Amino acid sequence: MYVSIVDYGTGNLNSVSKALEAAATKINKKINIRISNKPKDILDSDKIILPGQGSYRQCALGVKNISGLWDSLNEFVLIKKKPIFGICVGMQLFSDQGFEEEVTKGFGWIKGSVKRIKLNNKDLKLPHMGWNEVNIVKKNELFLDIKNLSHFYFVHSYGFEAENINDVVCTTDYEKSVVAALLKENIFGTQFHPEKSQENGIKLLSNFLNWNL
Amino acid sequence: MLKKRIIPCLDVKDGRVVKGINFVNLKDAGDPVEQAKIYDKGGADEICFLDITASSDNRKILLDKVSETAKSCFVPLTVGGGISSIEDIKSLLLAGADKVSINTAAVKDHNFIKESSIRFGSQCIVIAIDAKKIGNNKWEIFTHGGRNSTGIDAIEYAKIAEKNGAGEILLTSVDKDGTKTGYDLELTRAIASSVSIPVIASGGVGNLDHLYEGFNTGLASAVLAASIFHYGEYSIIDAKNYLIKKGIPIRI
Repeated sequence: MYVSIVDYGTGNLNSVSKALEAAATKINKKINIRISNKPKDILDSDKIILPGQGSYRQCALGVKNISGLWDSLNEFVLIKKKPIFGICVGMQLFSDQGFEEEVTKGFGWIKGSVKRIKLNNKDLKLPHMGWNEVNIVKKNELFLDIKNLSHFYFVHSYGFEAENINDVVCTTDYEKSVVAALLKENIFGTQFHPEKSQENGIKLLSNFLNWNL
Repeated sequence: MLKKRIIPCLDVKDGRVVKGINFVNLKDAGDPVEQAKIYDKGGADEICFLDITASSDNRKILLDKVSETAKSCFVPLTVGGGISSIEDIKSLLLAGADKVSINTAAVKDHNFIKESSIRFGSQCIVIAIDAKKIGNNKWEIFTHGGRNSTGIDAIEYAKIAEKNGAGEILLTSVDKDGTKTGYDLELTRAIASSVSIPVIASGGVGNLDHLYEGFNTGLASAVLAASIFHYGEYSIIDAKNYLIKKGIPIRI
């Protein structure tokens, strides 16, 4: 199985790659991990991980600035309908648009916008940074054998506001309910970082590798 | 509910772990990769490496250690010490660090905070502040391991760091560091109340109650400690159990 981690100049891809290796080892699955930004590699892959760190706008521009990458991701997801896992801003890019820095268009695969989290409680900090409990609001294969209210590592100031509640499979509480995971057909994403969430994160990545549509 | 974090910190010199008393009298006590693995398995919420290697020739050793650590530890890893350029940040992040903590370079040039947070995202830019009490509710920034005064007010600087895009503040009391008499709680509270980004309390932990006070009185989002964990006086789990008993929200 070829799993590509999309490399468009964002953050620490090595840790995603290492976590994915650990996830494959855990379930005795043989996988080939590629860190790539080549449209051909994307289209050849069985599964894709779209990481993302920094701002929505910088990430969207990062993908758009690599020739053919944006289109190949669209083709992989919408035409080939193969599994994709977006992490943090990677997941946020599934939306129609993001409001960080200035309004920027996303892939529009999952209806919704990404907006700054509004807090009334002055004691709560932004970024929402650290370990928070994840409520599994819709049972799904990706969270198989992961206990409800398990801890995952978050770091973000913007949240995904989904138009269709059915696309939201997990939430977390930070004054109000914040989207923690989205799932729509072959499209899956988490606001938290599975690669930084110890055993729960590795388990989630294993489930992604096992995921059959 | 978002949990308060416990962050063991390893001071690393030439690829080996050390911890000093007031930044001097260093003792050698092990390999940072092995130590990090122990902390990861032991339930640390994050791990921090502070590189105190003086010579830049030995930086490569640190990068190797960071890369090895990232292979086996799946918790956030912050690396600080001697970071003075965008290139330094890039090479640490590529090696496997999740965040970098920037000290002197940010004090010298506040714009460096802005540049690095735009380039890499606020989530990975931690601004390290070494502050020393100079009067009633007044603290000054010191650099170079607490040796050089700067004349810059700590609270004002923390606000500038936030405005320029810092994702977090790692606040160390120069007066308290290495004394084992607890954090400077007034300082921690003053900074935590002045900014809306998370503040990590550091410097002076001698027992578990000091961690509790860091959260309870200091209003820190995370507490950093080195020697109490490092020399096995307490395990991370001891600390977590103690804090939970005291009513602090902690991840188990």
